[in-house]
Amino acid sequence: MTEIRLRDVSRWYGNVVAVNGVTMTIGPGVTGLLGPNGAGKSTLIHMMGGFLSPSSGTVELDDEPIWQNPRVYTRLGLVPERESAYDFLTGRQFILAMAKLHRLAEPGRAADRAIAQVEMEQAADRAIGTYSKGMKQRIKMASALVHDPAVLLLDEPFNGMDPRQRLQLMDLIRRMAAEGRTILFSSHILEEVERLAGHIEVIVAGRHAASGDFREIRRLMTDRPHRFRVRSGDDRALAAAIIADGSATAVELTPDGLAVQAADFGRFTWLLPRLARDAGVRLWEVVPADESLESVFSYLVAR
Amino acid sequence: MNPTIAMITFRSMLGRRRALLLFVLPGLLLLLSLVLRLTDTNDMEVDTNVLQTFALGAVLPLLALIAGTGVIGPEIDDGQIMYILTKPVPRRTVVLTKLAVAIVLVTLFAAVPTLLAGLILGAPAGLTPAFTVGVLVGGVAYAAVFVALGVLSRNAVTIGLLYALVWESLFGNFAPGAKKASIVQWALSVTHSLTDASTVHPAVSLPTAVTMLVVVTLAATVLATVRLRSLTVASAE
Repeated sequence: MTEIRLRDVSRWYGNVVAVNGVTMTIGPGVTGLLGPNGAGKSTLIHMMGGFLSPSSGTVELDDEPIWQNPRVYTRLGLVPERESAYDFLTGRQFILAMAKLHRLAEPGRAADRAIAQVEMEQAADRAIGTYSKGMKQRIKMASALVHDPAVLLLDEPFNGMDPRQRLQLMDLIRRMAAEGRTILFSSHILEEVERLAGHIEVIVAGRHAASGDFREIRRLMTDRPHRFRVRSGDDRALAAAIIADGSATAVELTPDGLAVQAADFGRFTWLLPRLARDAGVRLWEVVPADESLESVFSYLVAR
Repeated sequence: MNPTIAMITFRSMLGRRRALLLFVLPGLLLLLSLVLRLTDTNDMEVDTNVLQTFALGAVLPLLALIAGTGVIGPEIDDGQIMYILTKPVPRRTVVLTKLAVAIVLVTLFAAVPTLLAGLILGAPAGLTPAFTVGVLVGGVAYAAVFVALGVLSRNAVTIGLLYALVWESLFGNFAPGAKKASIVQWALSVTHSLTDASTVHPAVSLPTAVTMLVVVTLAATVLATVRLRSLTVASAE
């Protein structure tokens, strides 16, 4: 069993703190690193991949430091976010070169196996420069898989992929995980992470905001107080009814309607129409005011 | 040395259209030599001038700059170096392989053209082999310096150009002291020791020149290795 362990890891650039006191352990299976853009996901993955030194704390692969330790690459594969591979090589030449750099016993065989794993046999003899985005992502994946590593790190693997390519890559990652590998991928899209990751680590503004399986993260995200903007025939009467009912923690009368802070998302959305009917008020508009992922994340951090 | 890294590097340097750039300057050198020879306007003075000013003073630094920074700089810039650095290959091997490729390119595109130019000119007094060896040893030092520059800075080409043009040519003319800290002058000293021609006037003695060439080459290689060991890839965020 191979694990990546981060202990109290921080990374700053000058005065800017990109990652702040993160402690986590990534074990076998698929782990999703979820967070909005600029949260520090890439910085974390670069530290796990040995391309960035932690400013403080330790990043280890099974008790071995990763920074300045090229030996770890026999057990670790990294799929960088950037698209550029060696465009002038064919897919097969590229993967074969990677196999040789790993000093594998049978580089040709390893290359063929990795290419088959990502189902790129058809296009393997074309130059990488002619590949589509999804094909490039798959050949990059093959380059990280060629030495059959126990740990695979993927930085925003689904960026710019169309839905079909996305599904194919998800299948591939699931298969890799079923073979007992430790896989970490980063994404800013909750739905992607939910569908793929058995375990989710949430990073917001450089901090480790939450950790758990997708049900726990979902619950954290939906059980929080929600803000709604409500417009109705008689805002004052509706406000009074909401306050009297107790399903909201705050109601504010604004020129654009009511700003309501609901205590419980599920209960409030179920109750509001009844309250309005009982109070004889017609509802015109109910809009969640903070549904964006950013606000969900910021709630998790503030908690 | 790693043959796989060497193969990828050669293909990235020669397999694309920009490789044509490598042929321009040596081509001009050969053309000039041919014209001089055909019009029969060259004597020992002119031959020395062509080989020293054009071949050693211009073709060598510029070709070494293209080759030295080109073998590693662009790869670091667009992140492809990650594919090489995520392998259990010592960083020293990566640097030495890149340097070897740069030296081969400098030999092909600066030293060989110097030899050919000398032969076309029919340069007397052993000028041709002397300058060829001079360009070769100067090329090794230049390649090491520019490979290190390619690892150290994202502006390697600009800095290298400033060094090659401003320092080596301008300062060398105004401040005689600066001439002594010049790879071209060290190479010229080596050339001087190999020819009887009275037209070659180096600014430094041979022992100093050889020592400096060795020291600079080694220091640049070590520096490049150390920096590549802790290469930080700029975050995409």
